[in-house]
Amino acid sequence: MSELHFPWLELSVLLPLIGAIWVSRLKNRDHARTVSTVVCGVTLVCAVGEWLDFAMLGSFEAHDRGDLLLSFFRRNVFVVDELSAALFPLGALLYLATVMTTLRTKSNRFSFHWTLVSESILLATLASRDPWLIIMLLAVATIPPWLELRQRQQSTRIYSVHMALFITLLVLGQALVGSTANAANPPVFAGCLLTAGALLRSGVCPLHCWMADLFEKATFGTALLFVTPMTGAYAVMRLVFPIAPSWALQSIGILSLATAVYAAGMTLVQRDSRRFFCYLFLSHSSLVLVGLEMATPIGLAGALCVWLSVGISLLGFGLALRCVEARTGRLTLDNFHGLYEHTPFLAAMFLLTGLASIGFPGTVGFIGTELLVEGAVEVYPLVGFAVVAAAAMNGVAVVKAYFHVFTGTRHSSTVKMDCRPAERITILVVVVLIIGGGLVPQPGVQSRYHAARALLEHRHIVEPETSGEGVMSNPASSINLTNTITNESNHD
Amino acid sequence: MTLDSVLQFLGLVVVSSPAILLAGLGLPLLCGLKLSEKIQTRMTKVSVVTGLVASVTILVLMLGTGLRHVPIELGNWVSIEQEHFHFHLKFVFDRLSVPFAMLSFVLCGTVGAFASVYLHREQGYARFFLLYALFLLGMILSSLAGTIETLFFGWELVGLSSALLVAYFHERPGPVRNGHRVWTTYRIADAAFLVAALTLHHLTGAGDFDGLMGSGPWPEGVAGIDSWSALAVGSLLLLAAAAKSGMVPFSGWLPRAMEGPTPSSAVFYGALSVHLGTYLLLHVSPLLDVSLSLRVLVIVFGLISAVFGTLASRVQSDVKNALAFASLTQVGIITVEIGLGLRYIALIHMLGHACLRTLQLLRAPSALKDHQMLEDAVGKRLASDEVNAMRSTTRFQLWLYRFALHRGYLDATLDNWIVQPFTAVFQWCDAMERRWTNFLAGGPSRGSDQVSAYNDKLEDVA
Repeated sequence: MSELHFPWLELSVLLPLIGAIWVSRLKNRDHARTVSTVVCGVTLVCAVGEWLDFAMLGSFEAHDRGDLLLSFFRRNVFVVDELSAALFPLGALLYLATVMTTLRTKSNRFSFHWTLVSESILLATLASRDPWLIIMLLAVATIPPWLELRQRQQSTRIYSVHMALFITLLVLGQALVGSTANAANPPVFAGCLLTAGALLRSGVCPLHCWMADLFEKATFGTALLFVTPMTGAYAVMRLVFPIAPSWALQSIGILSLATAVYAAGMTLVQRDSRRFFCYLFLSHSSLVLVGLEMATPIGLAGALCVWLSVGISLLGFGLALRCVEARTGRLTLDNFHGLYEHTPFLAAMFLLTGLASIGFPGTVGFIGTELLVEGAVEVYPLVGFAVVAAAAMNGVAVVKAYFHVFTGTRHSSTVKMDCRPAERITILVVVVLIIGGGLVPQPGVQSRYHAARALLEHRHIVEPETSGEGVMSNPASSINLTNTITNESNHD
Repeated sequence: MTLDSVLQFLGLVVVSSPAILLAGLGLPLLCGLKLSEKIQTRMTKVSVVTGLVASVTILVLMLGTGLRHVPIELGNWVSIEQEHFHFHLKFVFDRLSVPFAMLSFVLCGTVGAFASVYLHREQGYARFFLLYALFLLGMILSSLAGTIETLFFGWELVGLSSALLVAYFHERPGPVRNGHRVWTTYRIADAAFLVAALTLHHLTGAGDFDGLMGSGPWPEGVAGIDSWSALAVGSLLLLAAAAKSGMVPFSGWLPRAMEGPTPSSAVFYGALSVHLGTYLLLHVSPLLDVSLSLRVLVIVFGLISAVFGTLASRVQSDVKNALAFASLTQVGIITVEIGLGLRYIALIHMLGHACLRTLQLLRAPSALKDHQMLEDAVGKRLASDEVNAMRSTTRFQLWLYRFALHRGYLDATLDNWIVQPFTAVFQWCDAMERRWTNFLAGGPSRGSDQVSAYNDKLEDVA
């Protein structure tokens, strides 16, 4: 296995953890906010360093240089590969952006040290390959939101029931997966349990109610950070994808598609802005799952592109909504609020990020959505049309929300509602990513396509007896992967 | 310098001038800088004139050299060679696209000059010109698109800018609701278009119009697909065109679009946007030669729209709505002409109608003043003030009048048969979800139910 030039992964995981301990000891909330921002910033630098370093190596997977954990566990605990390399900086960006845009008025209710703990857990999850470690980290990640719900004296029953079921399903499923399991010899029952667990975490219909409930009861920041990294989809890729046959994945894809269409329809009837955001996100994350489960190079590449584009654009969209809420309180979508004159910058960002999420031309999501639809049509033509229908409904919902929040009336305010510099910078960075990725999509698409092929070829190597529908043969990559495996064996 | 390189350069100028205008107006806004009205107007003028001069030069060169088909290749925007996936950026200058691009520049230039005075010191001046630039870019991309993906790109930009301009006076709920209605209709058009593009990809293996229409210059291309495929793709494109051009049953958005400021109504819904659907049909007109059923469908759609438009325009009580439905009548007739294969006539009709309608709509705010000026010049009343004598009407005439006055009950029909059942289904699902979460939580689970309408208080202060 290739080795990174610097221990980026361990630093990215440990820094937020150390930062969390430091922040928890601080009494001053402003100071805590500043320290958290710095820690998240440095973590993002490490995560970007990992991404660049990995890209320069040009291999399928790599581990840290001078792995500290190697001496404890006698194995490479943190490994990055084609799938997680790009998700790693995205995860760090999500946290930095959320912490930076937390206004002073929200500092008292938003827990910075638990946020840093969550960041550490997320990055550790993304850097892990071992199924049991991933399950453990996914389970631990459910604790900070639960604690926040308790602290806010909100009912935790819906959240607890769903998360307990999710963890139980994953543990049972993984326990039943044999060591020889692969796509050619799939452990059907264990696969079903793992799939159900991962889909529950992704919020697949009808097990999605916990997500809307979380958005209702937790702070917007915490809810945003718990769902936007799409760890459910990550669990599917790590736990289910290697052992599920193509037909099973494609069947799961249909379930995800139903969720995408259902959630898109639900966005149109929501009266609460947070629930609206939740269903919008759910629809998009389900579309990502649809592409992932099509198991074709083009569909998978599209899904990986949309994963990144949705992560960036809905982060910006959610943050814009959160910034507005920080000024006005909870917003209903029943009536018009007319905030445009007071917050034109946020209004523009809200619209731009919303449009980017639906794959509007010229934004980062456009090509990804095209690829996703193309890949879906390859497998089931009607699936592609349903994806188009979901995207159309989401587009209507985004503009409807924009009109309701920012227009329709003349709002008179007694306080200044201008954007703060930190908010402006964060949102500008998101906009640069959205427009930049939209105008120059080739590098991103090429990188995700390469990742998709590598993942499918990896599946192909794992299941040598099957030809695998849609699996492309690439002698160069196969040799590379074979070398990787040989090197790993020598290393062990 | 060869002719090819000159044409390539001029083609790039045509496409990039509105793109640069959009960047020039948008980037300062993004950075929080406010440009003066004078600078915005000047930038707009320079961009439009540059684009127009370049397109006229291309036309002159094409006429001089006898070229009828000038493709401008910008290479692949995105390409995955192994999967044969290409997003090809290609623009084509031919007998159809050059006149339409020139028309877009001329009319947008006229309206830009008009709007710089009409909207002087308006609060949304910068917003108007930003959306104007977006619209111009969308129109030019759509006009010159050499691939269906590029056409879709421009098509979406036109849709977004149109909807936001309808909601230009956004401090009132009426324009905003109408803007949303327009956007929703356009999304249906976009979905139909996207599905057509996907179907086309699967039929021909590429989105290039040459693959679909044959390599001959417009209008002599021969479609390279069979009759049933042509009917499938053509029907979807007809649906997209009908929604974009406000044909029946989507005509409801046309009068609503008149809520926008007069300059945008004139250029977008009276002249350019409303013709984009028919332009699409002209673009893919070789498909009609392959499928007789598709041809009949196009003629029927056009006829119904023309008859409906003429009925509705006669009973409108305000000039902008009357002009909007009059536009629909002409759009219907143009569609019939396309269906009958009279492509050059349809093109000339479209160009002439767009110019006339722009003039009429721009003069609409001062119609009374114009009338009085004419009377002053003539020195007498132009028409008598006598009220027409009472006439008896039949039941059919009354029904027809009511039908036209209610604009064919189209909005109500769409609301009752599509919007309401759709929302009812999802509201029922929402209610079921509420019952389920209440059951799980052992009590009321939705705090948002108690959130009142915005009451002008900071959450934390409250």
